[in-house]
Amino acid sequence: MRFGGLTAVRSVDFTVNAGEIVGLIGPNGAGKTTFFNCLTGLYVPTEGTVSYQGTVLPPKPHLVTKAGIARTFQNIRLFANMTVLENVLVGRHTRTKEGLWSALLRGPGFKRAEKASEERAMELLEFIGLAHKRDHLARNLPYGEQRKLEIARALASEPGLLLLDEPTAGMNPQETRATEELVFAIRDKGIAVLVIEHDMRFIFNLCDRVAVLVQGEKLVEGTSDVVQADERVVAAYLGEPFEPTPEDTQPAAEAESTTSTKGEAQ
Amino acid sequence: MTETTENPQTAATAPAAQRGLIPLPLATARALLLAGGILTTASTFLRWTWTSDFPGDLTVNGYPGGLQVLTLIAGIITALFALSTYGVRGLGWLLPARNNAPLVLTALSGFAVTWYTVISIAAELGGIVNWEPGTYIAAVASLLPVIGALALPQDATDSTKEALKAYIAKADHVPAPQATAPWIQRLAITIVAALGLTVFAYGIDAEDELFIGFLIVVVFTAWALQTAGLFDRFSRLTADNRSFALAMGFVAAIGFPFTQTNDHYANLGVNILIFGTVALGLNIVVGLAGLLDLGYVAFLGVGAYTAALVSGSEFSKFSGVQFPFWAAALTGAAASLVFGVLIGAPTLRLRGDYLAIVTLGFGEIFRIAVNNMDGVSGPDITNGPNGIPSIPDLSFFGFDFGQNHDIAGFTIGRFANYYLLMVLISALVVTIYRRASDSRIGRSWIAIREDETAATAMGINGFRVKLIAFALGATLAGLAGTVSAHVTYSVVPNPYQFAGAAPPNSAFLLAAVVLGGMGTVSGPFLGAALLYLLPEKLVALQDKSLLAFGIALILLMRFRPEGIIPNRRRQLEFHETGQLDVPDTTTLTDEPAITKAGA
Repeated sequence: MRFGGLTAVRSVDFTVNAGEIVGLIGPNGAGKTTFFNCLTGLYVPTEGTVSYQGTVLPPKPHLVTKAGIARTFQNIRLFANMTVLENVLVGRHTRTKEGLWSALLRGPGFKRAEKASEERAMELLEFIGLAHKRDHLARNLPYGEQRKLEIARALASEPGLLLLDEPTAGMNPQETRATEELVFAIRDKGIAVLVIEHDMRFIFNLCDRVAVLVQGEKLVEGTSDVVQADERVVAAYLGEPFEPTPEDTQPAAEAESTTSTKGEAQ
Repeated sequence: MTETTENPQTAATAPAAQRGLIPLPLATARALLLAGGILTTASTFLRWTWTSDFPGDLTVNGYPGGLQVLTLIAGIITALFALSTYGVRGLGWLLPARNNAPLVLTALSGFAVTWYTVISIAAELGGIVNWEPGTYIAAVASLLPVIGALALPQDATDSTKEALKAYIAKADHVPAPQATAPWIQRLAITIVAALGLTVFAYGIDAEDELFIGFLIVVVFTAWALQTAGLFDRFSRLTADNRSFALAMGFVAAIGFPFTQTNDHYANLGVNILIFGTVALGLNIVVGLAGLLDLGYVAFLGVGAYTAALVSGSEFSKFSGVQFPFWAAALTGAAASLVFGVLIGAPTLRLRGDYLAIVTLGFGEIFRIAVNNMDGVSGPDITNGPNGIPSIPDLSFFGFDFGQNHDIAGFTIGRFANYYLLMVLISALVVTIYRRASDSRIGRSWIAIREDETAATAMGINGFRVKLIAFALGATLAGLAGTVSAHVTYSVVPNPYQFAGAAPPNSAFLLAAVVLGGMGTVSGPFLGAALLYLLPEKLVALQDKSLLAFGIALILLMRFRPEGIIPNRRRQLEFHETGQLDVPDTTTLTDEPAITKAGA
């Protein structure tokens, strides 16, 4: 992914298998969110493709969601003035197909579909523990519940792969632990999870595999132990110069500029 | 006065820390309210002037006329609210929150309309010599409730400004109504519908001074009812009996031409209805999907021109063709749909301000193109600036819309015929609006409005659903346009512009939606009625009406940005606090979902 002359993410080959929880870490500006945006079609990658279950996905967000990849956002992007239930129902959009005509004619099929959608949405709200707040406005929820609701909204599209962008940002330790439980429960439903996070304890507790992204490139990928033992990761986080091999000198400047680009994109 | 027993509830709300702006005992304040209300009422039975030169003939003793009727009504309302503070049985519902504001505002209503009348008598007939003893009595009597209301105790504040503000503030908490039997609820809705029809019919017939007096009474009374929390209660009532309330609204709308003797007023009615229906179509685009469309009136024009072309008018290019109305309506709607898609497809890739500018451009393109298609500067289709005149009247199954008809002793004239047709079309559009908004597609419109990026990431094809909203809005406007072509006998390019002195034009349509309340059904109709009637009735304002209109809009946006009839969601959006009504019971045992939730 390039923005003009800046290469934000370069040749990151990455695979998530079914039923896996994979972590994506890296210092600020490494290109994690840009990578997410490429995956979900919000950015059109300059080169390369995103495949899901063997088919190449077109870079259109709604088609990516339809194919089975759902995401949350780093800074919460709920539909603030809709109720909790309505937010989840919007997530059901790709899994229902009642168009304008059926809405206008209100046949039995429409009522059945609406009822089924509501039941499914209520199941999800039960699952994340917000069923009792179904009629509250999304923006009146406490911060932690807004994060949960965003996950429920993403789950409503029945994804095979869930992308979580910093799901515990700004949470206290108890809430982080609850989120951990939630992610495990999601995995137990057979959904693969790819999670960006800065909380290392959270990541290493949770993930089967962890990939480290530095300056737009994948530095290392492996189990928690492998990643933790790798001193290049520590170096990248603590700001020691990244072993300057000749061809890496250029991307160093690029990765720095990416920070601002990322800020804009969100 | 009549009863001095303290209501325990009011006594509890008046502890020692409270005081009135005017230092008077509570009992005196209340007595002033009641006595003033009754005296004002009584004074309207005296004569207020000696000559019948003043409009409405105020010279007859024992028979109120013209503005006196409005004073009479305001006096009765003041007295009723005053009686309610005494805890008279059967009137407690008037003041559910027991706050002062409704009393202050009803008192002001009577005061304002009486003094307006008194002053205009002096101004028009040349001096206060034209006043009669009754006039003096009315002026003094109407002042009494205001003094009484401002003497009512309330929480002490430091400044007079704060105190005055507190007197007209809405109650913080309106207690939930007691459960009432369904038939009482329905009776209440029926009575309100009948009252609404009466008020509307009276207002549409009122001229000049009478209309201003009418506005004073209606605005203050509506404000009083709002501060009393009665509007909230009524909207809850209609929400509980939605189908019944809609049916009553429909019946009241049909009843309107039967209250009119002059077809001119039915003409106003049908134009308001056309304007309101088109505004409701625009509400789908602006209020639900959040797309600012500044060229919307072009779709009304497409519908009108299509209907005119196939109407059989001899000036039409296709003068041999005469479609029956159902076919013409479908053709007009379909033509608008096509134009909607054609204009929407390229423009809806833009967002926000860019979309507004481009739609504004397309709207103007329509008018200019129609102006030029006269066979000289373009193909000969629309007769250019001359338009298509002498569009024949409609005729259904031998029912000629151009003729007067007698129905049950009432004479229904030409415009009333069209009015009734338009009521049917409005009902159709309201149904379409309600059903579309409460569905998967309606939710995706709101989601797009809230956050387009998040909506597309949730699987909504943003372009597609926006195009549907745009096309649906265009179709409804086209449908209304087909009727408007027949009502006005002719179509010309001029009304279909961005901004003009008279409705409909895109700016007025948008203003009707914003003024009435975005995202509501009744809001656009109310906005349309106001925007159509005010310039029509306030002849004095004629050349300054756009100025007045602009000032009114600025004031509205400052003090009530959510519109006169707020959509609950919008209201919360602008005022940052509060919550949609959440059912008190948080147990969901009656929900089918919980029995199936396995997680």
